[in-house]
Amino acid sequence: MMNSTEPQKIALEAALSAVPGPRAWSTFRDSLRLNIDAISLVPTMTRLREVGLNMLIDLTAVDLLEYADATDRYRMVYQLLDTESGARLEVRTHVNDPEPKLPTMTTLWSSANWMEREAYDMFGIVFTGHPNAKRLLLPDEFASFPLRKDYPVKGRGERHNFPVVTRSES
Amino acid sequence: MSSNIQPASNGLFWTTLDAAANWSRANSLWPMPFATACCGIELMSTSASKHDLSRFGSEVMRFSPRQCDLMIVAGRVVMKMLPVLQRIWLQMPEPKWCISMGACACSGGVFDTYAVVQGIDRFMPVDIYVPGCPPRPEQLIAAIIELQAKIQKTGTLRATEFADRTTPEGPARFDGDELVRIRDRNPVQFNLPVYDPRH
Amino acid sequence: MPLELLEPTSDPSHREGLWTLNFGPQHPATHTTLRLVLTLDGETVVDAEPDIGFLHSGFEKLGETLDFNQYVTIVDRMNYISPLANEIAWHHVCEKLLGIELTPRCTYLRTILAELMRISDHLLCVGACILDLGGISAFMYAFNERERIYELCEQVSGQRFHTSFTRVGGLLFDVSDQWLANLKDFITTFPKMFKDVNRLVLKNRIFIERCQGVGILSREEAICGGATGPVARASGVTRDLRRDEPYLAYADLDFDVICSRAGDCFSRFQVRMLEIEESLKIIDQAMQKLPGGPIFAEGSGKELLPQKREVYTSIEGLIHHFEAIMPNRQLQPPKESLYAATESPNGELGFYIVSDGTFRAYRARTRPPSLVHFALFPQLIRGCMLSDVVAVLGSLNIIAAELDR
Repeated sequence: MMNSTEPQKIALEAALSAVPGPRAWSTFRDSLRLNIDAISLVPTMTRLREVGLNMLIDLTAVDLLEYADATDRYRMVYQLLDTESGARLEVRTHVNDPEPKLPTMTTLWSSANWMEREAYDMFGIVFTGHPNAKRLLLPDEFASFPLRKDYPVKGRGERHNFPVVTRSES
Repeated sequence: MSSNIQPASNGLFWTTLDAAANWSRANSLWPMPFATACCGIELMSTSASKHDLSRFGSEVMRFSPRQCDLMIVAGRVVMKMLPVLQRIWLQMPEPKWCISMGACACSGGVFDTYAVVQGIDRFMPVDIYVPGCPPRPEQLIAAIIELQAKIQKTGTLRATEFADRTTPEGPARFDGDELVRIRDRNPVQFNLPVYDPRH
Repeated sequence: MPLELLEPTSDPSHREGLWTLNFGPQHPATHTTLRLVLTLDGETVVDAEPDIGFLHSGFEKLGETLDFNQYVTIVDRMNYISPLANEIAWHHVCEKLLGIELTPRCTYLRTILAELMRISDHLLCVGACILDLGGISAFMYAFNERERIYELCEQVSGQRFHTSFTRVGGLLFDVSDQWLANLKDFITTFPKMFKDVNRLVLKNRIFIERCQGVGILSREEAICGGATGPVARASGVTRDLRRDEPYLAYADLDFDVICSRAGDCFSRFQVRMLEIEESLKIIDQAMQKLPGGPIFAEGSGKELLPQKREVYTSIEGLIHHFEAIMPNRQLQPPKESLYAATESPNGELGFYIVSDGTFRAYRARTRPPSLVHFALFPQLIRGCMLSDVVAVLGSLNIIAAELDR
């Protein structure tokens, strides 16, 4: 399993040699992961797109509040794919409270547009430079970020706060 | 589903007219399919050729609320959708009935989460409940037949039986335990938005 | 005949004579709960802004409270027209995370079920779209065939759909010979009915006129926008996870990947209809090669659920089942996270599971193909007419439950 990602890792490390910032590579069950800092996100992603990773498959966040031995609060995960060769890469970066902020990836891949809106909706992570930074799935007036670990599954009563229509008046 | 409602007028003339109106209304219920999720697919299957719903009078599924008399809420209703549901219910002309199809519309189903309304009867009047996840087409047909029997038994020509249903019929808006749990867990006051379906 | 596309204005709100139309969320052609706010110039669409979230039920939050075998009931309800495909995708990721190797019989059975679901999904997509465009007969024919698939699902698992049939390491029940005979019957009689649907759809003059040249998605836009599945293959992106990253039994089976260069609505439907034929080929081959043997993988101990027959007839099976459900002998996943995907009928359906070593996922993220495809909708519809909105929406096969989760 380790052998199959080694050549890809060497090639990508060579391609990213000009990009500043610390990089940590890891492998798990034939998927290659790259851990970078939020500051070097834009140059790294731009370079990765230039070397052929032309499709952004998924963009999501994980709230590590209740994760044992986690150092940061939010982990952002980007799944990239090279459609020509079929190579995949998972890029990870971290952001913290208060005001978790990251630069947007919509200039590189347009599939990031709605996925970043969803990450904002669910976690409260702000993407600077996003063309339409509004909530996507929940009503605009919704006050909380539900996928955070400190928000309960059943909510805080928002689902009950509607007027009741009885039969005689409808 | 028995009802203790007495018809407004008891005479032979009015009861004959009532019976005639009930017969025609029961056998030509045009559904307004408010299909949100998986139960919507079973609703489509019920109106497809194998379990044909139009045998029972539901010849067409009119998607305009002004032309329907039966609203079938099929699927889970979430916070964002509930005002839409209420608005469409209010747009339907009398007489109208509502079938809540599927576990999610009856009580929230498997989704006891922050987003899903735990049963539309909390906010809307419902006549027949169909359990199931999703209910088989035969169950939906049984519900329509039961509704037809209900209309035959309790309907009136001038649709006066609905004026007696003045209280909300579903679970209380906050049941006591849930409110206590919410307040225990979250001591902060929230300004929750209020949706008014009439505007 | 292709429509001429108008140049979109840079700021439509400044042009005189534009009006706004609210399309949805309650509308027959919006396939349950989608909302579009269309800005129109007469009948021509200048801009379209989708508003989604009318079916957002908190699936991902539920995934953090249910264990790997319980969450399959919820995952079922995402892409509800091909539920088994979602289950197979979810357990594919779970088993990859846990490092469990499936038995050959299980892989072949899951392949057969996945392809049955592909047929079901494509039939509904095409049937519902042609219903929206006005051709009701094709819808009836397609649904009749789907009823036969429902009967097969019911015979194998007890439920027409939302089967919750897969488990970590195997399937709930093994299939009987009667089911295999019924499946054989289905494969032999389906092509004739399918030819009828084909003639009503792909050879239908009105359908062709309404769908050809409408909603063109170029190859670069598809790649940049993250499109996968039939939507991408109809635009020339020749990616199919069954061939490029083979999982289950696809490496041993012989099938073609259907692609097109046109990228319009009609080619998306053509790709889907031809994929149904390929799925029939795959089911046929898988049935012939179906090996015998156990359904459940040999776990490293007793973490996997025992067979139901043993649970109901022996005391050891009962104890084993109890301990596997209660957190005594639960699955111990490594404290890692993993993304893996399968080729669901709608596109690449992937799950990203973050595990903290307990029997529940810490984060169970779904990568929904419908979300990515619906984000492409505004650029497809600019310049088209109002009645093309329905055709383009149908061709993208947006399932609201997968979109909103």
